[in-house]
Amino acid sequence: MERAAEIELARQLLDGKPEAFDKFVDHFRAKIFNYSQLLCGHREDAEEVVQETLLNVFEKFSQLREPEHVRAWVFRIAKNVCLIKRRKSIFAPQQEVSLDELMPARGTSGDPMKIEIADWSGLPEDEVLRSELQRALDDAIAEMPEIYRSVMLLRDVEELSTEETAHVLGVNTDAVKTRLHRARLLARKKLDTYLRASRPGLEKN
Amino acid sequence: MAAHQHDENCKKMFSLLSEYLDMELPAETCKEMGSHINGCEPCAAFTESLRQTIELCRKYQSKELPGPIARDARQKLVEAYQKMLADRRS
Repeated sequence: MERAAEIELARQLLDGKPEAFDKFVDHFRAKIFNYSQLLCGHREDAEEVVQETLLNVFEKFSQLREPEHVRAWVFRIAKNVCLIKRRKSIFAPQQEVSLDELMPARGTSGDPMKIEIADWSGLPEDEVLRSELQRALDDAIAEMPEIYRSVMLLRDVEELSTEETAHVLGVNTDAVKTRLHRARLLARKKLDTYLRASRPGLEKN
Repeated sequence: MAAHQHDENCKKMFSLLSEYLDMELPAETCKEMGSHINGCEPCAAFTESLRQTIELCRKYQSKELPGPIARDARQKLVEAYQKMLADRRS
């Protein structure tokens, strides 16, 4: 569902038009389920997070001042429900990964114009490879430190803005940018390793 | 281009690459980075791989969907919504 359609549903619900109710519920059940499962990794928990989040959403719906930010608003509630579900905090401070670790290695030739990188060309057209890569992306998301995962899910999967993500997570926008960059680099590295293993003849270097 | 200077530029670029792709940098910095990438094959390849990683995230398809909502669970949500509307009117 497009963002505009989602905002329209929120407006209708605020106006007391119940015909938007089931569409809104179906749409956000799938979204929150996916978010919770990727963030916490448990199916049973995800089902509970979905229901508790939506219950909170409808109880507080009149507090939604800006329907255009409904997605961020719902995810802020979902994040809080996830936090309560987990025994240990999923947002406990963790050490930042150093950028140097994520830079590609120089090629064996020592030539500064060569780096070790897979051939990423042709990827957009190759559907089989794309679906394999999505599995590698699942692994990358599951393995990365939670401070990075939480940002990547909101910024890149849910496509919230930097400001909305900062609001959901209760951190400043600089922290969102720093963490997002590391999250993307970690995911990229995993995908690159996967590509090099699956298309060994196509390495650039 | 001297290897050392080249490395320094690449490193500086590397730390700003996400903001560059998100178009969150000042115009001047963005322009500088664009011209560096155009002239640096490793940076161009790396930037493209990062761009495609982001693209893959945006097209993320859930592996699993939640089961259909149970009748009593839906009922609870309906009640919460109706109560919110009633409280707002009163």
